Amino acid sequence: MNDVLLNILLIVLKVGLVLGTVLTMAAYMVLAERKILGRMQMRYGPNRVGWGGMLQPLADLIKLLSKEDLIPEGADRWVFMLAPAISTVTALLAFAVIPFGPSLQVFGRSVPMVVCDLDIGVLYLFALSSLAVYGVALGGWASQSKYSLLGGLRAMAQMISYELAMGLAIAPVVMTSRSFSLTAVVEAQQTLPNMVRHPLAFLVFLVAVMAESKRTPFDMPEAENELVAGYHTEYSGMRFGMFFVGEYLNLIVLGSMLTVLFLGGWYGPLLPGVCWFLIKVLGVAFFFIWVRGTLPRLRYDQLMAFGWKVLVPLGLLNLLITAAWMIWRG
Amino acid sequence: MGLWKDIKGTFLPFWVTLRYLFRRPVTVCYPERKQTPAPRYRGRLVLTRDPDGEERCVACYLCSAACPVDCISMQAAEREDGRRYAAWFRINFSRCIFCGLCTEACPTLALQTTAEYELATRELLQVVCEKDELLIDGCGKNTEYNFYRLAGIGVVAPRGGNPGETPPEDIRTNMP
Repeated sequence: MNDVLLNILLIVLKVGLVLGTVLTMAAYMVLAERKILGRMQMRYGPNRVGWGGMLQPLADLIKLLSKEDLIPEGADRWVFMLAPAISTVTALLAFAVIPFGPSLQVFGRSVPMVVCDLDIGVLYLFALSSLAVYGVALGGWASQSKYSLLGGLRAMAQMISYELAMGLAIAPVVMTSRSFSLTAVVEAQQTLPNMVRHPLAFLVFLVAVMAESKRTPFDMPEAENELVAGYHTEYSGMRFGMFFVGEYLNLIVLGSMLTVLFLGGWYGPLLPGVCWFLIKVLGVAFFFIWVRGTLPRLRYDQLMAFGWKVLVPLGLLNLLITAAWMIWRG
Repeated sequence: MGLWKDIKGTFLPFWVTLRYLFRRPVTVCYPERKQTPAPRYRGRLVLTRDPDGEERCVACYLCSAACPVDCISMQAAEREDGRRYAAWFRINFSRCIFCGLCTEACPTLALQTTAEYELATRELLQVVCEKDELLIDGCGKNTEYNFYRLAGIGVVAPRGGNPGETPPEDIRTNMP
């Protein structure tokens, strides 16, 4: 009985810790993005609220919460109301399987630093990241607005063209680590991160992840200067906030995914594992922001052509090479 | 060669943005620091006086005719010595677009732009300026010009008494 209680307590503690950290990180990711983009454009970015703008996320939250919650006439009410939740919840759920550190010894028991170490963690992660597109597509469809619909459609088209390449980039990683569990994938990278072992898969995955995150250069679903705001044109207040937070949660999820699958997870010299994990995730996030500050948006036929004609063949080739190498090595 | 150019074009910008990340922003943080406006900045309008200290405005309505948003209104009047002036003169700065067409239209250099730009207020009636708020003591940008001394009208000095003028011809002396 005591054991069960302790287990439940540990799980609740871990869930609370992960949720708190991740949501705070998402809020400050918004601030970091605005600040870094500002500096890249020789501006300051938000610097009024709190010390150097440090309370800006709180101010944004208050603003979003106190705004009118508008549902456009002719919109599909329930789908319209649920869509933002889908994109946020899927992003949050994905954190359940991400291992962010080596197992800890607490009260003489081994506590894995992951909310739930699924045997099929990789599949779970991919299932959720694909489900997230439903939030966008349904939100766009339910708004009864041309811009939103176009945004949703583009999100779908985009998903079809990158998901396959993403899966193909994952396959070699799973093959060499011989497991679908993310913890096992990380442990297989103790000596050499997969980035070095599978450079081609890493590049394919990186591009696919950028497309997945719906950010520049692949932000066609919300393309400000063509579609007003794409799929969230009709959303206001906290429903828009949910989409917004979902996008940044997704950024962190994808950063963690990249870290776990290719950058060697929590392994690194000197610092404790959790620190290394955080550093790597933040590094990936900075890279995403950097890309956003640098590259222009592609047309969506360009993304589809790139996905189908370059990424998929490259991924297949890489899969073949890895398979051949594994057979040759025995 | 084309592919090489494309690759370079994709990766070189990253270096550029990274360099700019460490540069000092060009933003002037407004309420704490203020930019010095250019000398010919078109801000709030003023009515100036001539070097003798009299009002320059002769209430000719040219400024209100030139104003594209109709924010200038006035009532003309005339003094006993023949000098015209505005009985009242009003500029509605909540409408003004600071185009400066009125100052170009003004024949007496009375209406001039200043560099004052902090006109924002919550009270709209505060920015509707009457003549006493618009009139300043100085001459503005031109410290010499006095319309009545150059116009050939006997207001400031009798006709012919102004610099560069000759006394009016007595036409009777020209009779054959």
